[in-house]
Amino acid sequence: MSKGGLNYRLVIFFLAVVFGVGLSMPTFLQTEKGAKISLGLDLQGGLYMLLGVKTNEAIKSKIKSIASSVKFFTDDNDIVIDSLKIKGESVTLTLVDPDEEKNLDAMINKIPGIILKKDKLDYTLSLNELEKEATKKYAINQAVETIRNRLDQFGLAEPNVAKQGIDKILVELPGIKTGADEQRARELIAKAAHLQMMTVDELRSDRAYDMSDEEASEYGDVILQDARNPKQKHVLKEVPILDGSMLTDAKVGFDQMNQPVINFSLNSEGSKIFGDFTGKNVGAHLAIVLDNKVYSAPVIRERIGGGSGQISGGFSIQEASDVAIALRSGALLAPVKLLEKRSVGPSLGADSIKASMLALALGFILVVVFMVVYYGLAGVIANAALIANLFIVLAVMALFGATLTLPGMAGIVLTVGMAVDANVIINERIRELFRQGSSISRAIEKGYDNAMSAILDANITTLLAAVVLYAYGTGPIKGFAITMSIGILASMLTAILGTHGIYQYFMPRIEKSKNLALWFGIKGSVK
Amino acid sequence: MQIFSKDKVYNFMSKSIPFIILSIIMMLASYVLLGSKGLNYGIDFAGGTIVQVKYEGKAPIKKMREQISVDKMFEKASITEFGSPSEVIIRFMSSSDSVKEDLGDIITKLLQGTGKFEVRRVDIVGPKVGGELREKGIMAMVVSILIILIYITIRFQWRFAVASILALIHDISITLGAIVFFNVDVNLDILAALLTLLGYSLNDTIIVFDRIREEIKNSKSFDLFEIINFSISKTLTRTLLTSLTTFFVVLTLWMFGGEIIHAFGLTLLVGIIVGTYSSIFVASPMLKWLKFSVEDYKSKEAMKEKNKIEKDKMRAQYEQGIV
Repeated sequence: MSKGGLNYRLVIFFLAVVFGVGLSMPTFLQTEKGAKISLGLDLQGGLYMLLGVKTNEAIKSKIKSIASSVKFFTDDNDIVIDSLKIKGESVTLTLVDPDEEKNLDAMINKIPGIILKKDKLDYTLSLNELEKEATKKYAINQAVETIRNRLDQFGLAEPNVAKQGIDKILVELPGIKTGADEQRARELIAKAAHLQMMTVDELRSDRAYDMSDEEASEYGDVILQDARNPKQKHVLKEVPILDGSMLTDAKVGFDQMNQPVINFSLNSEGSKIFGDFTGKNVGAHLAIVLDNKVYSAPVIRERIGGGSGQISGGFSIQEASDVAIALRSGALLAPVKLLEKRSVGPSLGADSIKASMLALALGFILVVVFMVVYYGLAGVIANAALIANLFIVLAVMALFGATLTLPGMAGIVLTVGMAVDANVIINERIRELFRQGSSISRAIEKGYDNAMSAILDANITTLLAAVVLYAYGTGPIKGFAITMSIGILASMLTAILGTHGIYQYFMPRIEKSKNLALWFGIKGSVK
Repeated sequence: MQIFSKDKVYNFMSKSIPFIILSIIMMLASYVLLGSKGLNYGIDFAGGTIVQVKYEGKAPIKKMREQISVDKMFEKASITEFGSPSEVIIRFMSSSDSVKEDLGDIITKLLQGTGKFEVRRVDIVGPKVGGELREKGIMAMVVSILIILIYITIRFQWRFAVASILALIHDISITLGAIVFFNVDVNLDILAALLTLLGYSLNDTIIVFDRIREEIKNSKSFDLFEIINFSISKTLTRTLLTSLTTFFVVLTLWMFGGEIIHAFGLTLLVGIIVGTYSSIFVASPMLKWLKFSVEDYKSKEAMKEKNKIEKDKMRAQYEQGIV
């Protein structure tokens, strides 16, 4: 006679069940405190986007800013230059006064990462490879930061912005509920928020409608649309006076007509450039350009000090607020492009939850009933392990803050089917030993022994496949791999160790009853 | 309850030739399907856009098609019912890279006036991402097969590994054939289903192999067929029961799990049937054709055992300070 009662296996199983039930409770009851499983975007609805960065644009804007600083330096030091132009990825200019060559060279050589080519007094400036790479890298990191800042200020719950791989940006917005919300968020992300102060080319301002872009670029000009009236065009000098990188703040305000406007202020360097320029160019037009649209082009009446300005352009309050957010969190050095997008409406997510829960419940009931019918009380014991397994899977997921996705649900459903496998193997081994005439305690002990290698090898191979799936999978598929893996590992604890402990606990009773039909679902008797 | 009579040993191996012929026919048919019609890649792998729209009442598919095809880009868009008459999927191969206004927005605008509807899902996958996902998927398959090959070689012997991988290729091929046959869009979820099958089918095969390994050790017989027959018969109940419980849950997943995991469920259903069949009728006979020798295996195991005993002896002596 075996002594039965408490044993270490049962204690471990019991602790595992306590762990499982305890840690999965916050998820079930949706309590305030405690680690919970969060639902994936496909179940709760939301927006997932994978963005790329047009890094070539970052190089172009870097070139542009180099042109701006050359312009500022030469203006400041009264060095006369001619035809300052941007040609593809380089800046060209001609020095008029040869005496200033040394000064200009010294200034240009101070700019890091520049290759300078000179043909007498014709200068060509371009970026070296190292600087190009650095610019691209910086543009990506800056885009991640900028988009994160913008979304944080946008006021959605738990936005997630992360760099993925070398050059991709992952954006997850679970809080999106309507198409309009989504559109607004997307516009906010995509907004370049590129603020520029530019000068109107007074010589050619009347040619806005009959000059081609190519011709304009020959003169170092650019033709831009008006923001309020898309038909109106402006001819502006291509090299800006300054840009939004010198901006310190942007707020929504109202003008005399009570229309929303955006008030911005510049840092000290920006204020100086702005003040100097306006002081020297009284009577000229200054254009305020946001994302290549001209918002206003007033005449400069006097030197503007203090470094503040206003963008007005018939905004709605919401637009003005979004533009202000975008300006505050900085311009995107390079525009972003959409590589992948998955957006799920909340009602579809709810339907998915309902459907997969139904499948889980039905599958679970089928398996549980089947096990009892086929194995009797041994089936009940296996079912206890199965239920414990489910709790542990949920608990571990909650503990690691994992996200439950639809494929993840499928993984759990599948685990229900496969978790009883270990018990089926064990029970078959036990039955086999009974048929060979083993005693009850020997059949059970040896049954577990015999089954072990098969269970381990089988589970390890499945686990290996799941790990590979995790390593190569993306998004929701990773969720599937995670639930499968946890399910397999938990089943080793519950189905092997746990059920063994239960048998040992009941051993005296099983031996006393000798009722194999009741306990193991087979006919026959034991010695 | 018991399904199979307790001590009967079924002679599976005597029927292995017709079954192998059946398997070869099925595989060839699958390859013909794969070669002629080809896999129908969904947007995850091919790139493209999916817009899922739910109407109040029946979806006016004809009207929708008329309104959408106003835009040349959507001329070739397919509009199909999705789960219920009120719900449809609009699918087309193009994708746009604008974050601000995407193809989903354009479709929504074009659909104005077709009735009261709600856009429930917009998936856009750019061509580059699609290509990357496809590469990753193939890599996942290859890597997991290699890892498993190594694992089984270590735990059993290379012939077992090769036999199980061949059975695996058999399963995956036929399942892929079924995917083509049923016109399933191959997306990420199908890849997940295939990798699950990979694990599942191996699981089944390994249980049988484990029994064969055990039987070689225990029985006095040197006849591989006899050992295989005995092992398969002994594990038959388990093979069928586990397949059955898994089949149950996958069936419920397929029937009630919702449209989105419908294809996933179907793939698994086919796979489980094929996988169960192959672990009995394909993997084990393969051992014979790979010229597995019971004698060699036994003698090698005996050698291992002997070496181990010797090592233990040496260690014992060493610990006692004799050597």
